[in-house]
Amino acid sequence: MSKSDKRLLLLHEKDNVLVCCQTIPAATELWIEGQATVLSTQLELGHKLARRDIAAGEKITRYGLPIGSATQTIAYGQHVHTHNMKSDYLASHHRNAVEGRI
Amino acid sequence: MNTDAAPALRDDLDDNLRGYLRSDGRKGIRNVVLVAYLVECAHHVARHIVSRADHPDVQLIGFPGCYPNDYALKLMKRLCTHPNVAGTLLVSLGCEGFNRDALSAEIAATGRPVKSLVIQDSGGTRTTIDEGVRWTRETHRQVSNIERVPMAVDELVVATICGGSDGTSGISANPAVGHCFDRLVAAGATCIFEETGELIGCEQIMAERAITPELGREIQACVDKAARYYSTLGYGSFAPGNADGGLSTIEEKSLGAYMKSGASPISGIIKPGDFAPAGGGLYLMDVVPDGEVRFGFPNISDNAEIVEMIASGAHMTLFTTGRGSVVGSAISPVIKVCANPDTYARMAEDMDINAGRILRGEASPDEVGEEIYRKVIDIARGETSKSEDLGHQEFILTYKYFDALGPACLPRR
Repeated sequence: MSKSDKRLLLLHEKDNVLVCCQTIPAATELWIEGQATVLSTQLELGHKLARRDIAAGEKITRYGLPIGSATQTIAYGQHVHTHNMKSDYLASHHRNAVEGRI
Repeated sequence: MNTDAAPALRDDLDDNLRGYLRSDGRKGIRNVVLVAYLVECAHHVARHIVSRADHPDVQLIGFPGCYPNDYALKLMKRLCTHPNVAGTLLVSLGCEGFNRDALSAEIAATGRPVKSLVIQDSGGTRTTIDEGVRWTRETHRQVSNIERVPMAVDELVVATICGGSDGTSGISANPAVGHCFDRLVAAGATCIFEETGELIGCEQIMAERAITPELGREIQACVDKAARYYSTLGYGSFAPGNADGGLSTIEEKSLGAYMKSGASPISGIIKPGDFAPAGGGLYLMDVVPDGEVRFGFPNISDNAEIVEMIASGAHMTLFTTGRGSVVGSAISPVIKVCANPDTYARMAEDMDINAGRILRGEASPDEVGEEIYRKVIDIARGETSKSEDLGHQEFILTYKYFDALGPACLPRR
């Protein structure tokens, strides 16, 4: 296993994301899988980062289990969240969702 | 027990548990005398009896409703004959619908001391309190002499729940409890997890762990039922705050809660008050009522689910929390596993385990899981948990309706 910053948690060997354990400010230089990268946005506790390049449509895997699919190509080191992945179960609710439409 | 199992920390102590042997063969890790009110109108009298008895092993439970309910009667029967319970005082107003005779007969049939006080027949509040205090003190004195007998880990029933969750619960405390559950199941213990309403989205994954395909379909059906029930009440399981905390999808959120169950095969589904078959294993408790939506929320707060798992024989509950729940329970100890290191720093007096060390890179989920396992053994051996020390003995029982379990829910092994 390649080394990543201690603030990033790998929950399962099969995962393509790492989970952030504490707030990391934007522009922080981070080690992810043995490579240095610069964080483009601030990352809050509980948020996810791509551990490697992820293709559009590929499953996002956490705990070794699928949690949804990428809606676009996600580059190594990028924030993975509702803007670039979606549920394969049913769409998530958003605060700004229009009633009757998600 | 399989003594050839892979060696692990302190397995030498595992056979060293000691329990209170009850007439049905089950063993308790506590020796509690209950005072149970059978309607809210008797609550005050029952509470005063418990206050004046003034002992941590004299505890208050009760059912507030005036109208009878089969589920409430079944749960009160199971609770008053729980292996951690040595005897019960029933406090009735007199005109409520609760079937106190059936409850009293069920308790008496186990050989436990039981007495019913009916306030309307006893002379009123003060007279009933005085009589109740006398009976409770005398009964507590008598049952204190019960000898403990050797007990093994495979006789334990351990439950888990999460409450006051935050973004840390699913990454530290829940996977650690999952590891502890795997250890317990491997040792032959019975483990119970629940919250089907919070497992929406991972039912297919869960179904694959079932020991038979028919059980897998039942698991999917019971999560579907939970989804329908909650959406009728107007609540989805995925809230905006979840996305703020970094959770992107409902399956991701549900998997966080699901991690408490570990990776062992799922041996069956039980409903509140049902017993898992002998032989140990991992069981899913279906806590969402059957039939049309009625009586409001399935469980109005965490203690309602804790009580349901205790009614199915749980000796203790592993409670994971991120934001910092403080509750304990009547009858069976609650072990608090704190997911968030900041919460732990603020509320250490309420927390038994600091799983937040995982987030600081100071321990792995498996190491914290081992620590929880050792705590389970210590608590079973009589050590008190933080919530017990602080006097937490919360209890809630409300109205529900359940159909009997389907035949596929408990496959023969």
